Amino acid sequence: MDEIKRLTLPLSQEVIDSLRAGDKVELTGVIYTGRDAAHKRLVELLKNNQPLPIDVNGGGIYYVGPTPAKPGRAIGSCGPTSSYRMDPFVEPLLKQGLKVMIGKGPRSKELRELLKQYHAVYLSAIGGAAAAISESVTKCDLICYEDLGAEAIYRLEVKGFFGIVTYDTVGNDLFDEGIKKYKKI
Amino acid sequence: MREIKVSLIEEKVEQMLLDACENIPENVLCRLRRAKEEEESSLGQEVIQRIIDNDLLAREKHLPICQDTGVVVCFVEVGYDVHFDGDLYEAINRGVEKAYVGGYLRKSVVRHPLDRVNTKNNTPAIVHVKLVPGDKVKIEVAPKGGGSENMSLVKMLIPADGVEGVKKLVLDTVFNGGGKPCPPVIVGIGLGGNLEKSALLAKESLMREIDDVNPDPILANLEKELYEEINKLGVGPMGFGGSVTCLAVKINAYPCHIASLPVAINIQCHAARHKSCIL
Ligand code: SF4
Repeated sequence: MDEIKRLTLPLSQEVIDSLRAGDKVELTGVIYTGRDAAHKRLVELLKNNQPLPIDVNGGGIYYVGPTPAKPGRAIGSCGPTSSYRMDPFVEPLLKQGLKVMIGKGPRSKELRELLKQYHAVYLSAIGGAAAAISESVTKCDLICYEDLGAEAIYRLEVKGFFGIVTYDTVGNDLFDEGIKKYKKI
Repeated sequence: MREIKVSLIEEKVEQMLLDACENIPENVLCRLRRAKEEEESSLGQEVIQRIIDNDLLAREKHLPICQDTGVVVCFVEVGYDVHFDGDLYEAINRGVEKAYVGGYLRKSVVRHPLDRVNTKNNTPAIVHVKLVPGDKVKIEVAPKGGGSENMSLVKMLIPADGVEGVKKLVLDTVFNGGGKPCPPVIVGIGLGGNLEKSALLAKESLMREIDDVNPDPILANLEKELYEEINKLGVGPMGFGGSVTCLAVKINAYPCHIASLPVAINIQCHAARHKSCIL
């Protein structure tokens, strides 16, 4: 395994710009959770010129809907959900300063352009490795939208959260590059 | 006539779901280990190793393998000579509720596809009942995640499309899904029947054991060919590129109309959870 970059959140613009598709990272600090329904609400708030319940400026959103935490654990199993479903909601959040998105799977071409424009990055967590990922979450607090259940927004404190830089700020795409290399038909 | 208490069904469904969500089937784990050996990309190998480590950790610490503990798909085979002392469907749903509410599993069902209010107990399950000879009941449960289900489809091909048309559709579907359905995947295919039958066949094919061999030699051969070709697509573990995109291909078939060639493709992610029992 090649070297892992250990990074502390929030990341400086310099660090974000230095990340390249294929880099492996371990994140420590605060990230917020958010999936389909929460994104819809956040974007509606912005549309109505209302403030967001979370500070995304310089921060990160992890696309996840965890299982309920078992007694004695900070969080339940918490692997990434497919990111492409959040694509339609991303630009207003980038405008608010969102810098890091974590999820799984490929996203739209438009999204990749937005990342270049707003100098933000997309990281992948390993889909389905949800029990293992929960080991790197040390604290989980409900912030809002409790009615959404697993889709509510939580503030996570993470330590050594593993991710792979998938789209960087200069337009590299780990999926495209990887698949090209191994495609035989 | 054999009387079966529906409370027993409820209990079994609950137990099997709790078990399924935390314990990956041993043959899936073995297949993942082999996949790691077969994978050419070093990142792909690392991804598979992390999946294996996760599955072992889940088993050891009694945690759900994946946070998407799915919608419950339940296949029930009921012997003609069985009588239930209550409502079978309600019993299954009570078992689902107990497992998901009491067992720290995620509730992923909304009551209506458009108003999207969570039912908060993961019911209703999707239940398929089949009548069979005898006085036994077989129950199979599979918590099915949304990520891989969303990459599935049904298409009504025509006879002229033939086996080449089927293959192309399968390859395109897997390729277009890329990393979204959490590859390496198992590809379940329903061939023939009609629109709804093909979808059911595809789902049923995913209930087969990962290492079984299709008794129909034509299908066994097609499974093998598709398996090899899918793994040449380059998608790889989690879509980062690699030589292991699928762990297995399963095809179930049924007679169909002279004018049709229905094909359903149901993608199953590496978290291939299912359990069964016979009462
Ligand atoms: S596709 Fe499967 S492994 Fe991936 S998140 Fe969904 S249920 Fe989990």
